[in-house]
Amino acid sequence: MANVPADLRYTKEHEWAKLEGDKARVGITAFAQEQLGDVVFVELPKVGAKVTAMKTFGVVESVKAVSDLFAPLSGEVVEINVELPKKPEVVNADPYGKGWMIVIKLASAKEWDGLMPAGDYEKLIAAAGH
Amino acid sequence: MTDTQVPLKRTPLRDVHAAAGAKMVPFGGWDMPVQYTGIIEEHRCVRSAVGLFDISHMGEFEVRGPGALAAIQTITTNDASTLAVGQVQYSLLCYPEGGIVDDLTLYRLAEDHYMLTVNASNIDKDWAWVTEGGRGGGWTNVSAETGLLAVQGPKAEALVQRLADRDVTRVPYYHFAQGAVAGVPCLISRTGYTGEDGFELYAPAAQLETLWHALMDAGKRDGIQPIGLGARDTLRLEMKFALSGNDIDETTNPLEAGLGWVVKPAKGEFVGRKAIETMRAAGVTRKLVGFEMAERAVARHGYRLLKAGDPVGVVTSGSFSPSLERCIGMGYVRADLAPVGAELDVDIRGQAHRTRVAKTPFVPSHAKKI
Repeated sequence: MANVPADLRYTKEHEWAKLEGDKARVGITAFAQEQLGDVVFVELPKVGAKVTAMKTFGVVESVKAVSDLFAPLSGEVVEINVELPKKPEVVNADPYGKGWMIVIKLASAKEWDGLMPAGDYEKLIAAAGH
Repeated sequence: MTDTQVPLKRTPLRDVHAAAGAKMVPFGGWDMPVQYTGIIEEHRCVRSAVGLFDISHMGEFEVRGPGALAAIQTITTNDASTLAVGQVQYSLLCYPEGGIVDDLTLYRLAEDHYMLTVNASNIDKDWAWVTEGGRGGGWTNVSAETGLLAVQGPKAEALVQRLADRDVTRVPYYHFAQGAVAGVPCLISRTGYTGEDGFELYAPAAQLETLWHALMDAGKRDGIQPIGLGARDTLRLEMKFALSGNDIDETTNPLEAGLGWVVKPAKGEFVGRKAIETMRAAGVTRKLVGFEMAERAVARHGYRLLKAGDPVGVVTSGSFSPSLERCIGMGYVRADLAPVGAELDVDIRGQAHRTRVAKTPFVPSHAKKI
């Protein structure tokens, strides 16, 4: 069973979000990086870009596949992980820590409640065969 | 979408892979391991030590009898008459118009007895093609009962030798010996598709599991790992070896694919000869090249190659190269843009990313040419 921290919220597209005041830190889950395999490239938006919940905000590429990244929440990108272009493999090594991708300043705090709690996400990935 | 498809075929080692923690994926109608620990790690294991691949999904056809050579000469582009017993040849099946049906390796097993090894996803198509009326020869499809393992890497020879009942160190490149490995009867072929030295071991499907475990056990001290299709793909891409269905298919011909060297018109008539000769005289308008990306951006199959914004070709394979730690690929480009050093762009999700035609193979071959 992949690691699913209880204090985070999740999307069905396998992104996680961590609430930090009026902002949220975002990345992909341990399950997602396992499915992707070795991550070799991450394409992130620029600071200042507007993102919309469940619309793509970037791309993650593994050796075998290219996958869209979906924003869990709407708002403005106020920070990006500038280490990722140099070390995309940290997405595999530490998906909830050093492998974070962007920080979004939330447009609406209500959207947070629409995200999946850890228990629901665990059920989702269990149904996906894990 | 997947629930209406026919069930995936399984190699004799399907459960062994699952037990080893492999991630299984559908490939050419087969349930195959794409990776065990990770593509990059597995790739490096093959380049630096030795890796074990289950490639039993590949197809094998045998043809024997007095008409065998004539049948092979009719359907393949290379000259099979030059093959000695014990020798292997890379060759192609082509359509009358010159497009490629498949690539294959041809084994001369005995005087009038040959084996063709074809790609897994093409077994049915190739079988229909080789046995089509009037081609002659007595054909048998032995794919189901034939297991196939590849042992590849700098430590492959010593490993296979420890388990073999004969001297395999004297088997030259693109030759084979018949013998036993770990007591399992094998055709021991010094071939592979990774650019490393090594062997491909054809063995009865029923005994493949014994052979697999014997190699894994004996190879422990060499750091052997099972290798999935993911690393097989990056390994062959670094050598610019064509992948049937990606880099070569019915819409591409041997000359533009850089496979003119396996087309031997002097041998006489064969399917596709006339069309390929006409193309050779006219010159090809596009060529299959290798390219290296200027930055970390993966050009994948089907992406467009551009010159000053105009489409000039298409990517057929692309990946991150674990050996070079850069992104590389292959694709067809207009012939005037094919020379090494030509600067191009790849359209990746609407953005032009710089690339350059590269010298290939991308990494040197370590196949043992004795």
